[in-house]
Amino acid sequence: MSALASGARGFSGAPWFTSLVTVILLVAMLGIGGAAYPGFLSLQVGFNLLIDNAFLLVVAIGMGFVILSGGIDLSVGSVLALSTMITAWLLQTAHWHPALVILTVLALGALFGGAMGLIIHAFKLQPFIVTLAGMFLARGLCYLISIESITIDQPFFVAASQTQMPFLGGFLSPGAVIALVVLLLAIWLAHYTAFGRAVYAVGGNEQSAAMMGLNVGATRVGVYALSGLCAALGGVLFSFYMLSGYGLHGQGLELDAIAAVVIGGTLLTGGYGYIAGALSGVLVLGAIQTLIAFDGTLSSWWTRIVIGGLLFVFCVVQRLFGGRAK
Amino acid sequence: MNVRVDPSVAKPDTPAATPLRTLLLQHPLLRPAAALLVLLVLDAFLVPGFFRLEIKDGHLYGALVDILNRAAPLMLAALGMTLVIATRGIDISVGAVVALSGTVAATLIGGTMVINNGVPEYVANTPMGTALAAAIGVALLCGLWNGVLVAGIRLQPIVATLILMVAGRGLAQLITDGQIVTVYYQPYFFLGSGYLAGLPFSLFVVAALFIVTLLLVKKTALGLFIQTVGINPVAARLAGLRTATLIVFVYVFCSACAGLAGLLITSNIKSADANNAGLLLELDAILAVTLGGTSLAGGKFSLAGSMIGALIIQTLTYTIYSLGVPPEVNMVVKAIVVFIVCISQSGEFRQLLKRKTT
Repeated sequence: MSALASGARGFSGAPWFTSLVTVILLVAMLGIGGAAYPGFLSLQVGFNLLIDNAFLLVVAIGMGFVILSGGIDLSVGSVLALSTMITAWLLQTAHWHPALVILTVLALGALFGGAMGLIIHAFKLQPFIVTLAGMFLARGLCYLISIESITIDQPFFVAASQTQMPFLGGFLSPGAVIALVVLLLAIWLAHYTAFGRAVYAVGGNEQSAAMMGLNVGATRVGVYALSGLCAALGGVLFSFYMLSGYGLHGQGLELDAIAAVVIGGTLLTGGYGYIAGALSGVLVLGAIQTLIAFDGTLSSWWTRIVIGGLLFVFCVVQRLFGGRAK
Repeated sequence: MNVRVDPSVAKPDTPAATPLRTLLLQHPLLRPAAALLVLLVLDAFLVPGFFRLEIKDGHLYGALVDILNRAAPLMLAALGMTLVIATRGIDISVGAVVALSGTVAATLIGGTMVINNGVPEYVANTPMGTALAAAIGVALLCGLWNGVLVAGIRLQPIVATLILMVAGRGLAQLITDGQIVTVYYQPYFFLGSGYLAGLPFSLFVVAALFIVTLLLVKKTALGLFIQTVGINPVAARLAGLRTATLIVFVYVFCSACAGLAGLLITSNIKSADANNAGLLLELDAILAVTLGGTSLAGGKFSLAGSMIGALIIQTLTYTIYSLGVPPEVNMVVKAIVVFIVCISQSGEFRQLLKRKTT
């Protein structure tokens, strides 16, 4: 009896348990959608989930690394907005080459994140308050460039926005493909490199990590730089998607990204979870929106209420069965 | 914006003055108060007639009164946030609670025009007392929810309150059916834009709550208990404190403050917007608390410091508006202020400075 209980406990306490719950939930949601609404279970609806949430997936991957390291990054939504703004300005006003624009924006994003990481580490400040200031700073910088929205009509960006890449009988957008490639790279980075192991170690116990001889400072700066890079890439994908730069883009996106990571089975205390969980988390959020859109009678605010409810269920399940929370 | 005191100034002129001077210089309120003072002095030069007060229709008018009046909701939110942060917690659902309590009050009061003997009169849908009680009741429930999640299920405070932050605005929109609810009921407006003895009524609300809270934490053991929970929750529990009850109390208190702030905001703008009421207020409140010298790591807290922090934020906003700078730039300035204040408060920075000066 007790062996059975401890077996169940070991099963539910395994790192992949909450991630598995998310996947089951996703399948169940798609199943319910397919049963309730004709046409819901088509391949293209699934692909559209990816296309519409490509930027969120990339941002959530960066956030996943930060949360695994035991931190949090509230600036990602604003950095995304700032990236769309800089992209639009460089393309439309400065007429730079698109490749140069994208590289510049990505470098700036990584620099911004890295600077925040450096402040957090050097002055031993709370990530919450530093990235909060970063959030204000990036959002404010958007308005220094322009208060109005800037429309992008640069041919390369328009092409990236409208191209449909045939895939398994449906089609994907270039943005979705980039997001999937980023996901694969991130999984490799998290599980097959020294950096990834250092992130897990720092998130699990910073002191032990330092005593093991890991460079905690470099890891932390790297993690925030990575998150900034992902947010900037998210911004580039978002400008593919929206074809505009605007200071109000991506408002509240940091909450969606955190929610996706938590729903994907990563513990906010750090050191516990999978980067791949970001995909299932983002798809669950997207599926909720698609279900509500298919229903047509439910208003958009139900999305927020359902996401809040899901967050609640997942946090409680993790707390009660995960057992490893501090 | 650097509020560090020049060491040469700090040197006492006479030995006899040493204790009082060092006492003043080491007072935790010195930095925030000095920052506010610097801002006010700057304003005196930059904004013509900044300190001018005049009486119009029996009300006191002027920039200072305006700042105080506009800072009222933030001061309320910061008051509740201080106690939460003192227990090592954080409440990021403040803005959502503001939206919820505001929409509940506005929806219940509503108000319709009735022609009585040829005179148009506005009548509330629900008695105002009931509506206000319902709004505060909803806020208390929100606080209880947060408190139980933190103390009962032992979720991390930021995650626990994230749930309400995400869902709260959705619930508020559910109440208003996605519309902005406009209130047509004169007595309700008094709360946010009325005057008592020549001063905005909202100031009396803030002052009353501040004094009650101050008495609670200074004259009873509550303040000490809260501080103990923040410094070491395990030791506090082993020493026989009911930490869970205390934690639930601070979250309920914080939400009640937020609910009251929601009433002030909806009453001031005569409508409730579930989407935008109190947007980012939680962040401003946390900022105010940090500016006031309370550490986010919990423990020692200063209610007066948080009030000054809220005033700093509002004064900064006022200055930027009156200088004719686009209001959006406000965020950049705010961010730089946070960076400076946080870094100057960190122990590492002080050590660095010490090493340089010696």
